Amino acid sequence: MWVLVTASFLMIHLIPGDPVRAALGPTAPAALVAAKREEMGLDDPILVQYWHYLQDLFTGDLGTSIVSQLPVSEIVSQRLPATLQLALLAFLVAVAVAVPVGVLMGVLTRRGHGRRTELAFTTSSVVLGIVPDFLIGVGLVYVFGVSLGWLPVAGNDTPSAYVLPVLSLAIGPAAILSRIIRVEMVTVLEADFVRTARAKRLPARTVYLKHALPNALTASLTLGGLILGSMVAGTILVENVFAWPGLGSTIVSSILNKDYQVVQAIVIVYGAAVLIVNTLVDVALALLDPRSMIRED
Amino acid sequence: MRRWKGVLRTPLGLAATALTIGVLVLAVVAPILWTDEANAVDTSDILAGPSADHWAGTDNLGRDIFYRTLVATRLSVELALSATIIAVVAGLVLGTAAFLLGRRSGRLVSAGINIAVAFPGILLALFFAVIFGVGATGAVFAIGLAGAPGFGRLVQTLVAGIGSRDFVAAARVAGVGRVRILFRHVLPNISEPLVVNATISAGSALLAFAGLSFLGLGVQQPRYDWGRLLMDGISSIYVNPAAALAPGTAVLVAGLAFNLFGESVAKALGVGVVGGIPALPRVPAAPEAEEVAAEVHHQHDDVVLDVRDLEVTFPGPRGPIRPVRGITFAVRRGEAVGIVGESGSGKSLTALAVSRLVGDPGRVDASRLELLGTDLRASDSRAQRRLLGTSLSMVFQDPMTSFNPTLRMGGQLAEVARHHQGMDKKAALERAVDRLRSVRITEPQHRAHQYPHEFSGGMRQRAMIGMGLMGSPALIVADEPTTALDVTVQQQVLDLLAAIREAEDVALVLISHDVTVVGEVCDRVLVMYAGKIVEDLPAGDLATEARHPYTRALVAAVPDMDTDLDEPLAVIPGRPVDPADVPLGCAYAARCPLATDRCRAEQPPLETDAAGRRVACWHAGEPIDVEIRDREDVYEEVEAS
Repeated sequence: MWVLVTASFLMIHLIPGDPVRAALGPTAPAALVAAKREEMGLDDPILVQYWHYLQDLFTGDLGTSIVSQLPVSEIVSQRLPATLQLALLAFLVAVAVAVPVGVLMGVLTRRGHGRRTELAFTTSSVVLGIVPDFLIGVGLVYVFGVSLGWLPVAGNDTPSAYVLPVLSLAIGPAAILSRIIRVEMVTVLEADFVRTARAKRLPARTVYLKHALPNALTASLTLGGLILGSMVAGTILVENVFAWPGLGSTIVSSILNKDYQVVQAIVIVYGAAVLIVNTLVDVALALLDPRSMIRED
Repeated sequence: MRRWKGVLRTPLGLAATALTIGVLVLAVVAPILWTDEANAVDTSDILAGPSADHWAGTDNLGRDIFYRTLVATRLSVELALSATIIAVVAGLVLGTAAFLLGRRSGRLVSAGINIAVAFPGILLALFFAVIFGVGATGAVFAIGLAGAPGFGRLVQTLVAGIGSRDFVAAARVAGVGRVRILFRHVLPNISEPLVVNATISAGSALLAFAGLSFLGLGVQQPRYDWGRLLMDGISSIYVNPAAALAPGTAVLVAGLAFNLFGESVAKALGVGVVGGIPALPRVPAAPEAEEVAAEVHHQHDDVVLDVRDLEVTFPGPRGPIRPVRGITFAVRRGEAVGIVGESGSGKSLTALAVSRLVGDPGRVDASRLELLGTDLRASDSRAQRRLLGTSLSMVFQDPMTSFNPTLRMGGQLAEVARHHQGMDKKAALERAVDRLRSVRITEPQHRAHQYPHEFSGGMRQRAMIGMGLMGSPALIVADEPTTALDVTVQQQVLDLLAAIREAEDVALVLISHDVTVVGEVCDRVLVMYAGKIVEDLPAGDLATEARHPYTRALVAAVPDMDTDLDEPLAVIPGRPVDPADVPLGCAYAARCPLATDRCRAEQPPLETDAAGRRVACWHAGEPIDVEIRDREDVYEEVEAS
C-alpha cells in the first residue's frame, strides 16, 4: 500500500513539464499558472510536498480537480459505486458459471475420459480466456445491441443495461477459472481421500461436491484472486465501451484532460481494490482450508 | 528442430502457425500495396456501410475502412513487438539483477517484482501512460514496462534453476565472474523458454495496445492502428457496425495467432505430443471353467466373500496389461486371510477389485464375485452401494492422505451412517463418537470435532478402522494398514484389528508385503506372484510347511532372533515380473532355484491337496539348495541317498 501511494505521488512529479501548465493549456497567463502552483504547493521542496500529500490522504482529502474544480474525493465517491457494482456482479457471474462448468468438466474428463470433450473445452476456454474483455464487449454490442436490438449498450439506468457490460467482463475470467477448476478437480479426484469417500459408497454427487470440490477450490482460489484483481482493472476498458459512469471512464477522460489530481486518486483506489481483493482471497483460503487456520486453543 | 515440428502436428498449432505467418506477411506487404487506397478521402461518401467498393464501409472522411485495417497491421504489429522487446529487456535486467546483486539486494529486487506481478497490467500501463504522456511512444513504453515484472519473474525463476546446476557452480569455483557466468552459461540455457514466452506476450501486447489506443491513450491521429480504428468505429457502431467489427476482428485474429502459436510451441517443446491410448480389446470372460469344479470345497454356507477367476485389466501403450490374472479364493465368516507378495504382485489391486474400487480405465472380470451371496458384478445400484457401504469396510495404506483434509473427523465417520442407515445428523455423530471410542481414541467427543491433520498417523489409522465399523461389517479389507506407520504404532493397529475380529466375528482380508505381519494375524495365507495365487496355506504352516519355492524364499528373507548377523541377509535374486511382460511358463521360473525347462514352457496349475491347501508349482516341496555354502551338503545328501 505504501508503495502504491508513493508511486502515485511520484507520478505527478515524473510527468515531463509542468502539470499545471499542461492542464490549463499553453494560452493560460503565467500569473494564473503560478498562483495555481502556489495553491497546490508544487513549489515546496519535494519531501514537504510528500508529507502534505500523506497527511491529506489520511484525512480523506484527495485534492481538487484542476479541470472541474470539484473535490476529487467527491468525484471518486460518486463514481466508485457503479464500478464496484460492475466488478462484483461480473465476479459473481464468473464464479457462478465457472464452478459448475469446471466441476462438470472435471468429472467428465477424469482419468482420460472424454478426450474430445476435453479438447473442445480446453480449446474454447483458452480462446475465450485470451480475447480481451473490451473486444468481447464490442462483439456483444454488435450482436445484442445493434443487430438484435435487445439490450441497451450504454449507461447504467435500467437493469437490462447491466447485462452486456457484466457479461463482457465475466466471460474471459469465467473461461480461465473454469479451466483451472477442471484441472484441480481431475487432480483431486485421484486423491486417496476421494477413494476413501468412494469406499464409503457415498452417492457420486456427495463424493464430487462435498469431498472433491472444497479441495479443488482451495487450489483454484489463489489463481482466482489474481483473476479478480485483473477484473477490477478490466472495468477500465469495459466502462469505456459501454459509457459506464464509473471510475474507469473517469480515469481515461482525466488522463486525456491532464487532470492529474483525479488520475492520482483513482490509481490509488484501483490499486487499493486489488490489494483488498488479494487479502480477501487469503482470508477465504484460510476459511476453506482448516490446515492453514491459526487455532487459539 | 525436430521438436519444433511437433507444433505443426496439432490442428490448433498448425492454424496458429499459419495465422502468425499470415499476419507478419500482411504487416510487411499491406502498407506498400494499399497506403494510397487507405488514405483516399472521398467526402461524398462518408460513414457509408459495407458495399462492393468499400467492403467494410467508410469513415467520417470517406476513407475505406477495410484497407485502413489492412494497412494498420504494420503499425499495430510494430508497436506490439517494440513493447515486447522493452518488456523482455527490462525483464531480463530485473530478473538477472537478483542473480548479479548477491543475496540481500537480490531479495529486495525479487520482492519488488512479486508486488508488481500481482498488479494488473492495465493499471501499470495507465500509470506509465500518464508519465510518458499520451501517444504511441508513451504507450509502447507503458505496455513494455507493464509487461516487465512478469518477464522479470520468469527470468528470475529460470536463472535460479540454472544457477543451482553443477556447471554453474563449477564455473563459480573456477573464479569466473558473475557477469561472465550469466552471459556464457546462464542466458544461453534459458533462451528457449524466453523466446516462447516472448511470442505469447507479443500477442498480449497486441491486445493491450489495441486497448490503450481504443481508450484514446495510444496512437494519435493522423496515424492509426487497430485500436484507434476500433475507437473511431465504435462511436458510429449504429451507422456502420463494420467499421468497428473489421479492426476488432483483426485485433482478435492477430492477438490469438501470436498467443496460440506461443502456447503450441511451448507445449511441443515441453511436454511433447502424447499419443492416444489404443482401444482395449475385449477380454474373454471367465476362462478355465473346469477349475470351478475343483473349488467346490469352498462352497460353505458361511462364505462371506467368494471370488473366482478374478482378473483386472488396464489399457497400456502396447496393448492391455493384466496385473491380476485370474485368482480364486473364498473368505469364511470370521476368518482372517492374508495376501502376501512383493510390490507389483497384484495384491492391492485384488483388494480394490473385490471392493469394487478399481477406477477407470481399469476393468474387473470374474466368473464369480459375491459378498454375502450378493453378486457384485452387477451394475451399481442403491442396494448394492448400501451393502458395500455397511458390510464391507476398507482400511487403506496411508492414513495421512486417506482422510479429507477439509472435513471434520466426526463428520467423515458420520457420513456413512447418514447415507446408509438413514440416521439423522445428531445420531450419526453420536455413533461416530462411539466408534472412535471403540477404536481406543481418547476423548472421542473432542476428537470428533477436529480435523485430520490434528490426528497422529496411528490415530488416523484407528479412526479409519472405526469408520469401517460405522455399519455392521462382515468383512474388513485392510490394504497394507501398517506400512506407513511407525513400528511401535504398527502393533497397536494390528492388535486392534485382531480384537475387532474376535469381538464382532468379522472376516479380515489383510494385504501386506510383510510375511511376519500376515503370519501373526491371519488364519490362512494366500501368496501372490505376478497376478496369480501361487500358494494357499494355513498361516501356521508358513514357516515349516510351505511348498512353493517363492513362499519359502519370502519366509527365508525374514531375519529372526536366530539369524546369524555375520551372514548377509537372504534376498530373493532377480526382480519381480513386469505385468506388461509376463513370461510364458511359470512366472517365477527366472528367479527360482528349482526351475526346469518345463517350468519355463508350461504354467503349473493351482492344485488342491487333501487338506485343502493349494500350490501352483511343478516342483512343490522339493528341497532347495538355498545358499551356495549349502550346496556341497546337498550333494552329499543326494549321494548318501
